Parts: sequence; structure tokens; C-alpha cells
Amino acid sequence: MRAGQLINKLLLTEFVTAFFLAMRYFFGAKPTINYPFEKGAVSPRFRGEHALRRYPNGEERCIACKLCEAICPAQAITIEAGPRQNDGTRRTVRYDIDMVKCIYCGFCQEACPVDAIVEGPNFEFATETREELYFSKEKLLANGDRWEREIAANLAADAPYR
Amino acid sequence: MANLKVDGQLIEVPDHYTLMQAAEAAGAEIPRFCYHERLSVAGNCRMCLVEVKGGPPKPQASCAMSVKDLRPGPNGEPPEMFTNTPMVKKAREGVMEFLLINHPLDCPICDQGGECDLQDQAMAYGVSGSRFAENKRAVEDKYMGPLIKTVMNRCIHCTRCVRFTTEVAGISELGLLGRGEDAEITPYLERALTSELQGNVIDLCPVGALTSKPYAFNARPWELTKTESIDVMDAVGSAIRVDSRGREVMRILPRINEAINEEWISDKTRFIWDGLKSQRLDRPYVRKSGKLQAATWEEALAAVSTKVKKAGNKVGAIAGDLAAVEEMYALKGLLASIGSGMTDVRPAMSGIDPSMPRSAYLFNPTIAGIEQADAILIIGANPRKEASLINARIRKTWRATNLPIAVIGEQADLTYAYEYLGSGFETLTDLADGKGAFAETLKNAKRPLVIVGEGAVSHAELGKQAGRDTIALAAKLATGANVEGDWNGFALLHNAASRVGGLDIGFVPHDGGVCSADQIALAGKGELDVLFLLGADEYDMSAMGKAFVVYIGSHGDKGAHRADVILPAATYTEKSGTYVNTEGRVQVTTRAVFPPGDAREDWAIIRALSGAIGKPLPYNSLAQLRASLYAEFPHLAHIDEITPGSAAEVAKLGKAAIKTKSAPFVSPVTDFYLSNPIARASATMAECAQMAAGLRQAAE
Repeated sequence: MRAGQLINKLLLTEFVTAFFLAMRYFFGAKPTINYPFEKGAVSPRFRGEHALRRYPNGEERCIACKLCEAICPAQAITIEAGPRQNDGTRRTVRYDIDMVKCIYCGFCQEACPVDAIVEGPNFEFATETREELYFSKEKLLANGDRWEREIAANLAADAPYR
Repeated sequence: MANLKVDGQLIEVPDHYTLMQAAEAAGAEIPRFCYHERLSVAGNCRMCLVEVKGGPPKPQASCAMSVKDLRPGPNGEPPEMFTNTPMVKKAREGVMEFLLINHPLDCPICDQGGECDLQDQAMAYGVSGSRFAENKRAVEDKYMGPLIKTVMNRCIHCTRCVRFTTEVAGISELGLLGRGEDAEITPYLERALTSELQGNVIDLCPVGALTSKPYAFNARPWELTKTESIDVMDAVGSAIRVDSRGREVMRILPRINEAINEEWISDKTRFIWDGLKSQRLDRPYVRKSGKLQAATWEEALAAVSTKVKKAGNKVGAIAGDLAAVEEMYALKGLLASIGSGMTDVRPAMSGIDPSMPRSAYLFNPTIAGIEQADAILIIGANPRKEASLINARIRKTWRATNLPIAVIGEQADLTYAYEYLGSGFETLTDLADGKGAFAETLKNAKRPLVIVGEGAVSHAELGKQAGRDTIALAAKLATGANVEGDWNGFALLHNAASRVGGLDIGFVPHDGGVCSADQIALAGKGELDVLFLLGADEYDMSAMGKAFVVYIGSHGDKGAHRADVILPAATYTEKSGTYVNTEGRVQVTTRAVFPPGDAREDWAIIRALSGAIGKPLPYNSLAQLRASLYAEFPHLAHIDEITPGSAAEVAKLGKAAIKTKSAPFVSPVTDFYLSNPIARASATMAECAQMAAGLRQAAE
């Protein structure tokens, strides 16, 4: 035992291994990314910023069933519903998510029968004021419009496992 | 009695029981859609199938099979029924699959979602999938008026609504047309239903085919706070459940109370809730240079107390239709402290005299007691408008026993057949003299029921004697020679929730006070300086002259327009108030939401006012007020109980000398949907009133 240690010390084995390890990382592919300009891969199941989606014809998907409001463990969602003026269909008058309360559990999108409320791939929605994190229906629909392509791709990618 | 075994448990049930009732008696749960205890048996949903031994070897509809239909075994063993065998399970799953073939999967947008029988039972007794791959059928939605929304795709043809409207509501305006897949529930002509009980089909519908139109999409059952309370739209005092969310009343549903409303409520009770949110007085107002201007409570109370201090005892008080006992008691105390006895809760020129005994103004036979009556005489009342649930009870009795009914007064469609005797006081005199066939019927009746409406008792033009004489003649008719010993058939039908409570605590002229009509006349002449209106809107506001009018109420109606000071108060959903219904049953409402803005509970306003005047009332909380109230009127402490009036006193009333020759009997409720300030603030009620008046036809 003592002899083995002595040989290792004399041959500087640890030093040499460490050197080669360092060299391997030095010349290998870099795991760090230049964040704001480069971004890591995001899973299709990633639960990020919420969005309310629309059908391809522009009709909002949400039918005000209030299941997301009921399931929300943080009680972050507030919905008021009523018949829409022009056609009397069931729609939300108000759809608010308090993003400060939200715990990003994804129950809302699990509960949604029409895939209207989803947690999209966006995780960069830090704001300067607290008020900006109280999302209204307009904000959520705008999110949906902005992220629809990614959201739809993610849902399609995850569909075989559902 | 019949013996049978339910799931191996031997029980004994009455002969007339169905298998379903027997199973319930044994504690076995049987799912059902079409069966309803208060409606006839249809047996068409097939959900209640059970297996029987001693009957046909196939699954049997337990709602439609009597326990006497089962044979005992060869050695006299009792017949058996099973509710949990594989056969029953398979039968239920099959029925459920069939029911769901044509039922759309639109639970997320259905208002019934969360309180749906089909949803619950599909979870409990159904299978997870369907083998039906074809297209579902589509049915056009029907128009049933401004109260009921229809989504006919969801209908499972249980026909509860058809049976309710024909049997209980007494209108044959709904039916099932077509057979098989073409079967449709329809109001035939796309017309609004004309029943004042139509809202109940919403509760009866086991799916979301018939839902409430004003409540459409507003809320989900799981987010509502349920408060059990009492209705004050009429003097029946139906048991209701107020569903609220936050500070808003979202809807009103019936509660079961066998003694009063069974499980129905009138449309006015059910759909009034939007009136609770509009036209509300939410801050005090004081009239300055002819205009009502918003003020603080201090300013308003100071304005009133200055006037009251100056007026001495020339102060009057009139309580309106929705006033609770507590606030009337407080107001009476306030007036007593300044030496005035001018309080009144009765309509103008009421024949109900303060000197009369309690039985003279009660619905003595009680509402449940209607079913024991063997002849009914209705004098000057339209029970369908004035007390829809009492009318439903009369109809129920009429359907069960086909008893003779006669009407003096307005000839209206009461949903049951009656003999029309005449329109006014002369007919009543003739009847009391024994003229006519119905006089004979009444005389022979063992349990005659004489219903006297407020229209026959209050005659604004003729004065009080006509009303007193009507009461006397009615009492005479109710106490014939053949009447059974403990039966008291004299029934005064009030049409306002406050009436009996006010009469019970003596909110009537006393110690030199005068009645409501005379108070207004005195005010017109300038001999009454201050007039308190406790939610009173049904009086002539133009006749009050220069009197200083203080309106304590919840809605901006006639009274508030005339007022010099408005003190905003709470409605019946916003306070705990005692109400005594027309039978004399003491009931208490519960607070479901808080009053809006600066509005306060009525008794507290009066208590604060008494402090401002410098003669504080001796209670600081509702509990103290009630303690004082119960000490003075012990019968009010018996909640949900009736302290009966005495039959002997009614007989004594009948001996009074009659001075009136002729008087018309007209029902005071001219418009069922607009009879109080809350109803007049409600858009739904306004729409119904327009429909009823024929001003508006089907909009769709």
C-alpha cells in the first residue's frame, strides 16, 4: 500500500491525470453558453410562461369552463364568464393569472379540455414591476399569438405520450 | 304491509311502496333520472333497473314496480330484490351507454356541469368508453321564454319537465313529440311558458337541457357559497338557498320545506337576484335645495335628528312589504321614545283592526293543512299571483281529492277548476245567508277552508269597515256547524312578507296613532312633520305634502324619490332578519353577502338614529335587540314554529254586525313580476312583466 502511494507520488500520476482531464475539457465542446445570445435546449414539456391559444381561424379556444381555476393549487387564476355579446357563446369576460402566485405546476393545461391555456416554452418574462406579472386575458392571448408556432410544435411532439 | 328482502336484508314496507322506495327504506341507493317523488311515475329512463326474485327474470324498473307485484317463493319465502348483482351492474352500464349515445360531450360549456345527475351517475355507474362511432343526433334548441335556456341536444327525454308543468304548474305547454330518435321535448309553438313556477324545471332537469337563462355561464357550482335563507317576495316564506360569490348573489335555489314550499319556488323568488345588484342605494342622501345629494352618515343622521327633535310627537312610520321584524321593532321603539304611536305595516284602509285577535290575520289552517281541506272558498284573492306556492298546494289537493273550490272576486286562471260565484261583497253576503249551492257545500264541509285575500280586506276608497265586514263574513263561513273540532279554516292570505311580523309586534297605530292612509293624509295637511318610510314604496307618494320624509330602504324606488333623507339599508340577503309568514310561522333569513357601499342593516340605522336624537334604544347588538324582542313577544323566539291562533276567536269574529252593502274584491297584485322594489329593479322581472302583458313577443 505504502509502496503504491510512493510510486504514484514519484511518477506524479495525479498531476498528469489532472492535466489530461483539464486538456480534454479545454479542447472539448464547451457546455457553457453565451446566454442572451445563445440558449439551451428546452423540452417540449417545459412549463414556462402561460398563453391562451386560438384556433387557426382566429377564434379563441377558451370556453370559460373554469376547470383551470378550480384545479389551480395556488389559486392564481381568476375567471369571470358570460355569454358573448355577438353570438351568445360561452366566453370569459375576464381571465387573469397572477404570475407571482403561480407555481408552474402545469395543472391548468392538464385540466383544459380544449388546449386553450398552455404553459409555453418562454421563460424570459422577468419584469421590472410586480404589476406587470398580473397577466390579463389580452396579455395571455397576445402570448398565445406570439408563441403559437412553438406551442403547437411542442404539443405535437408530446402528443404520442399522452 | 309487505315483506321483502333487499340485498338479503329483510324489511317491511307499506303495500303501496315501489321497489325503489323499498330499496331506499333499506338504505340501498338506486340511480334514477326520470323518477321524482313529487311527480307521476314515467319509467322511461330505465336507469333504476334492479334484479328481482319472485317476478320476471329480466331487469325490472324499480320505480314503476310495486312491492306487491312480486310473488313470494314456493315455501312462502319473501320476494327478493337485488341492487348490486352483476346483472344490475351490467344493466346500468348498458343504459348509461345508451343515454350517452346522443348526449353531447359538452360538459365544459354546460351550466349544469358540476351539479349534473348524468355526469355524476356516468362516473358512478357508467363505463369509460362508448362503442357508438356514428354521428350523434342534433336537435334544434327551443324557445321557452326569458327564464329558461334550452340546449336540446343534451335532453335525455326523462319528461320530468313535461310532468312538472302539467301536474304541478297546471299548464299543458310542454310535451314530448315524435318517437325514438325523433323524440323532442317542445313547447309546441315556440312561445314563452306562462307559468309562474316554470323556473322549477331548471332544477328538475337532470341534465343541462333546461338551464337558467339569466344565470347562463355566470358561475360554477363549486365556486359558490351556499347560504340557507328565507324568501320575502311574498308572505309564503319559501325556504331558499342563496348562492353567492364574493359580494354578489349569483342565484337563488329552493330548499326543501314540506310545510311550506315542498321543493318548489316561484319565478319571482328564483330570478329576483339581478334586482339585488341594480338601483341600490349605497350611500346616504340628503335633499338640499330640492335635490337629493350624496352625504355622509353623520350629515344624514344629523338632518333627521334635527327634524325629529323639532317635530315633537308629530312623527309617523310606515313599514313596507319587505321589512323584517327587528327593524320594525326598533322603529316602533324609536317612535315610542318620542311619544308617537303612529306606526303601520298594513296597506291603506286595511280591515285588519289592531284590536282583532291574532287568528284574524293568520292563515290558520297552515299551508300543509290545505291538503286536509274538503272545500275551499277563495275571497278576493288570486293565489296564483299573490302566493304561487299556496296555489300549487291547492292544485295538488284538488288533483288528489277533486274537492269543490269556489271563487268570489277576480275570475282568473288559477290552474284548477272552480265555481265562480261573483265579483264582490254582495255575493259574499248571499253566501253567508245560505243562498246558492256552494253555501250548502260549505255548510256540510267538515274542514272548509276560506281564503281571504288582501284585496278583499283593504279597500282604499271604501274605508275600513268593508274589510272588517269581509273578515267577519269569512269567519262566519269558516266556522259552520259541521266543522271538526280542531279545524280552523279561516285563512287570511297576506301578500307581503312583513305583514304578519308587523302585526305580531304591534307595528299598528297605538297610543293615539293613526293608520298609514291617515298618516299620509295628515302629512298632506301639514299636521305630521316627519314620516319614516321603512322600505315602503306601495303608497301614494304625491300626497305627503311638505312632511319631512325619511326613507330607510335598499332600492331607489318611489319612496326614495320622494324622500328628503335616504338612509341606505340592507336587503333580505344581506341581513339576518325575522319574518313571520302568512301562517304565522317565524323564520329567520341569513346574511349571504354584505350590503353595498355605505349601506347598513336597518336595525343598526335606527339604533344610530336614536342615538343622534338623544334617546338611545336599549340595545347595541342584534342579539340584544332580539333578547328584548323575545322578552316582549315570546312566540317570536320559536323559530320555524307556528303559534296557532284560536278557532274560538275566529267564531267570535264571525258574529260581528255587517254594515257594508257592496264592495269590489280586486287582487292587490296587479303585476306578479313587479310587486316590490327589488323586483322593479330587476331586468329579468321587467322582461317577464312585458311578456306577461303581451307587450313583447318571442324575440328569437
